[in-house]
Amino acid sequence: MADLTIPRQPMPSQEADVRNSNFSEVALGYTEEMALAEAQRCLGCKHKPCSGGCPVQIDIPEFIGKICEKDYEGAYQVISRDSSLPAVCGRVCPQETQCEAKCVRGVKSEPVAIGRLERFVADWHLAHAHDKVARPASNGRRVAVIGSGPAGLTCAGDLAKKGYEVTIFEALHLAGGVLVYGIPEFRLPKAIVQKEVDGLKALGVKVETNMVVGRVFSVDELMEQGYEAVFIGSGAGLPSFMKIPGENLNGVYSANEFLTRINLMKAYREGSATPVQHAEKVAVVGGGNVAMDAARCAKRLGAKEVYIVYRRSEEELPARREEVEHAKEEGIIFRLLNNPVEILGDEELHVKGMRCIRMELGEPDASGRRRPVPVEGSEFTLDVDCVIMAIGTSPNPLIRSTTSGLETQKWGGIITDENGKTSREGVYAGGDAVTGAATVILAMGAGKTAAASIHEYLSNK
Amino acid sequence: MYKIMRKERLGPVVTLMDIEAPAIAAKAEPGQFIILRVDAEGERIPLTIADYDRSRGTVTIIFQIVGATTESLNRLEEGEYIQDFVGPLGRPTETEGLKKVAVVGGGVGCAIAYPVAKKLHELGCTVHSVVGFRSKDIVILEKEFEAVSDVVKKMSDDGTWGSKGLVTDALRELLESGEKYDEVITIGPLIMMKFVARLTKEFGVKTVVSMNPIMIDGTGMCGGCRLTVGGETKFACVDGPDFDGHLVDFDEAMKRGTMYREFERHAHSELCNLMNKEVR
Repeated sequence: MADLTIPRQPMPSQEADVRNSNFSEVALGYTEEMALAEAQRCLGCKHKPCSGGCPVQIDIPEFIGKICEKDYEGAYQVISRDSSLPAVCGRVCPQETQCEAKCVRGVKSEPVAIGRLERFVADWHLAHAHDKVARPASNGRRVAVIGSGPAGLTCAGDLAKKGYEVTIFEALHLAGGVLVYGIPEFRLPKAIVQKEVDGLKALGVKVETNMVVGRVFSVDELMEQGYEAVFIGSGAGLPSFMKIPGENLNGVYSANEFLTRINLMKAYREGSATPVQHAEKVAVVGGGNVAMDAARCAKRLGAKEVYIVYRRSEEELPARREEVEHAKEEGIIFRLLNNPVEILGDEELHVKGMRCIRMELGEPDASGRRRPVPVEGSEFTLDVDCVIMAIGTSPNPLIRSTTSGLETQKWGGIITDENGKTSREGVYAGGDAVTGAATVILAMGAGKTAAASIHEYLSNK
Repeated sequence: MYKIMRKERLGPVVTLMDIEAPAIAAKAEPGQFIILRVDAEGERIPLTIADYDRSRGTVTIIFQIVGATTESLNRLEEGEYIQDFVGPLGRPTETEGLKKVAVVGGGVGCAIAYPVAKKLHELGCTVHSVVGFRSKDIVILEKEFEAVSDVVKKMSDDGTWGSKGLVTDALRELLESGEKYDEVITIGPLIMMKFVARLTKEFGVKTVVSMNPIMIDGTGMCGGCRLTVGGETKFACVDGPDFDGHLVDFDEAMKRGTMYREFERHAHSELCNLMNKEVR
């Protein structure tokens, strides 16, 4: 029986004023006692509303039940049935709008900390389970996966488990996609991503790095090489800019560039071969998770003042609640209802300030959110020496322009049906390349769906 | 890992390497580039493809030793390996339909101008090459240019090789003498390309420049390589590296190129100190 007297267990974390100057993980993870206490809070609802809120439908009450029995490996196996990256999702999923939003305990009290329990179970498995993964017998059929982000890794993992010979083609020198170049170490340690990738390799998945599909091979050529199906999980693509004056000044970064320098290229480490600006005062434009990551990285590199400049209000911030709270605790200054109009440069063409205008919320727009409108005459200058644009991306044209018969949306996203099938026979797609920038878990869900479709397609071929 | 099949010193600070990369060699075209990392801790640097041999499966790069990464690369020998080598990136130089072209190369940029001249020559195009170096001791690819060009104008800043003067002096002479080109293709330092473009604008000759900005991923993900072309922001890695020289904002590009100069200078001197210690 659930214990209704136990409060939601807080996540042990590094102190805000300590962590904002290091890149070690912020959230330290539950101890066994905490996990057991938190697990007792679960009502074990028969109708499992939480599972319905999960994009990959993990059987949440069942895995929490296993925790109560102290069968942590059993709990891991339950999660593994539906998720191939539990240690990642336990850390980066927006649980408050998914599983935890549906938790019955949340009605009268606080929801069960499902994400923290998932992380506990995944970390327990990584630390304690040393049994070699049984490599499934090969069915001799080859599938190519383009991109090694969450969509590609999931698709590859699911297909490998069914016996397919899967090769992942990754453009960068390291597998993981956004998990290694985008999400910072303090939110998702790269050692964890590496373990997940190693797990796939143990299943027989081959990872070919330094392979830019669309240049070195086209999708058609992959099929000529004997891959019977191709999954495109090439990610969100090119960073967007605001098209305001001054965006090409030195000291203006896209969030992708700033984060790639720091995360993939390790520019935060002493002696790294890759440079990054250590600015005094930084403005990050945007309100999503990427904006929070960039702001918190800038702070950790030693910036005295870091601003989030966002044109809507707090309520509309698209970032995970926890990231916003962490950012605030770490001293990030939120300039909400502000919009940049121009970036100012000095005679060396380096950023010396950003002109902004105040906004107010008007009538709801197409997205249902109240539309921000500029307040006339309210312009002011923010004193900064670095600006980071975190306002989204548009799809990379490389694959669509080199794949015959692949239909895309006007904005460039690849068109698929609900099973991840594109207009080209044998070609499937999922993740940000299809939806535009979204979350890790949605990309995983798409990779999973596509793997099932590919299996069905090849079984009937 | 990618094997160095051949290494040749072209001059005191310029080195050529053939790298074993069959998949890239099979697809490479003049004007495209690769990105490499020398070792597991290295930065990613773009280098334009100087040549390729599809049958041997090799890609040729020619680089000038200007910083820590090119210094480390230059320390590797034949038979040793480069950590990462990815490409071919960017769009190939457009050569279709060209009948008469002036190819203008400056310094190590000649390493990139040469394969373009060679391809044009193979396509039956009349090629006038204008090549310039600071002085005689850093001249590269002299014979190669002669072999693929109908006319070669050799220029050096100090007059120790060919005629004394700038490539723009020689190009002006050609244009003033009435030579009509379908296109001028120029590759070299930004300041040189800026003045070549200014000159050809006077004569109304279409001019293509090859940009080589700071870059990280080279696939369109980071946007670090952006530049202004005709008032619009373009990414050199996916939209280029070739652009209409009359539309490129060179002054901005030159400033952007200096963003990490201090860091690079420091990294280079650190590495040199380290090497000196090793030698002693």
